[in-house]
Amino acid sequence: MKTVIIKYNAGNVQSVMYALERLGASYLLTDDETEIRSADKVIFPGVGEASTAMAYLREHGLDKLIPSLKQPVLGTCVGMQLMCRYSEENNTTCMGIFDIDVRRFPQTPGYKVPHTGWNNIHTLKGSLTEGLAENAYMYFVHSYAADVCPETTAVCDYVRPFSAMLHRDNFYAAQFHAEISGNEGQQILENFLNL
Amino acid sequence: MLTKRIIPCLDIKDGRTVKGTNFVNLRDAGDPVALAAIYAEQGADELVFLDITATVDERKTLIELVRNVAHTINIPFTVGGGISSIADVSALLNAGADKISINSSAVRNPDLVNELALEFGSQCIVVAIDTRYVDGEHIVHTHGGRKPTPLRTIAWAKEVEERGAGEILLTSMDTDGTKAGFALELTAKISGDANIPVIASGGAGTMDHFVDVFTTGKADAGLAASIFHFKEIEIPALKGYLREKGIEMRL
Repeated sequence: MKTVIIKYNAGNVQSVMYALERLGASYLLTDDETEIRSADKVIFPGVGEASTAMAYLREHGLDKLIPSLKQPVLGTCVGMQLMCRYSEENNTTCMGIFDIDVRRFPQTPGYKVPHTGWNNIHTLKGSLTEGLAENAYMYFVHSYAADVCPETTAVCDYVRPFSAMLHRDNFYAAQFHAEISGNEGQQILENFLNL
Repeated sequence: MLTKRIIPCLDIKDGRTVKGTNFVNLRDAGDPVALAAIYAEQGADELVFLDITATVDERKTLIELVRNVAHTINIPFTVGGGISSIADVSALLNAGADKISINSSAVRNPDLVNELALEFGSQCIVVAIDTRYVDGEHIVHTHGGRKPTPLRTIAWAKEVEERGAGEILLTSMDTDGTKAGFALELTAKISGDANIPVIASGGAGTMDHFVDVFTTGKADAGLAASIFHFKEIEIPALKGYLREKGIEMRL
């Protein structure tokens, strides 16, 4: 099986690579269209700022390539946000794979932003959370989040309920960092590799 | 709900844990990777590795250690000690560290905080502040708390947040090693004012000290070293106790 991690200016992906190694999966970090298209699984990571990342994707044609992929694709963190319609972060039009917008957590007493640390995910649906109990804890670091919508497959609550995971057709996404979210996070990655 | 975090801290010298430990099931108590794996298994929410060496050769050992830790554990970990440039941070993150922590270098060159946040994102930049109460004021200290600086702790905490720090690791040199409890008032003031998480360190001796630091002290995370290494407090028991006390914990 060939797993590709899409390479773009999206920060550190070392932890994702190590997590795949722990699962015994071989992977390739690349931005090459042929390699990406021929992969069995595609991981679209992301740490950083949405408009810069989106500009880079457009410049390299990845904004057209990613939505056209047919194999299972997993977007994480900012990768997930870029798969939505629009992000409030610097007014960014995103790829529109998921029919939902990404909004900043408003300043709210008692809530620090970014949302940093372990939070529970609930209302779990679909194949990626198979084997997980409701309210499993995942590690989050983000200031923007997708609202809850029909494509939501896991909900997390911080300031407001938001989409911790999304799924449509062959596209999957997680706002949290499954790669450093303990054994439960590892289970999600394993479920994705086993799709 | 977002949980409070429990963070064991490992002091590293020449790639080995310095302070002894009391884990009978650990063949080599000086092996940081084995210790890290045990803590992760026990439910530690995060780990901090503090490198107390500085020479170039020893840094290479540290990078190797970070790589081994990252391969082994599946929870976030921070590496601190002797970091003073973008190149240092880049090497540690590329080896698999999730966050890095700077202390003296930020005091010497506050712009470093901005530069690192811009280059790598605030989420991986922790600023460690060692503080001591001197003549009625909380003063930032460096060199393990021995050397006073002109900086006032509360103002410095605000400043590093504005400069782009993603978290503050606040160590009270007044309480550190006393096992008499965290510096609650100062932690509460800094964490209450901050919009970034504050990790409280220094003084943990009992489980109730953690209750206090998460309630009165308003801390987002509690860090300790020897009480975990010597099993005076075990992480599963501590987290269970905190949850019983109504504090959100990942169990």
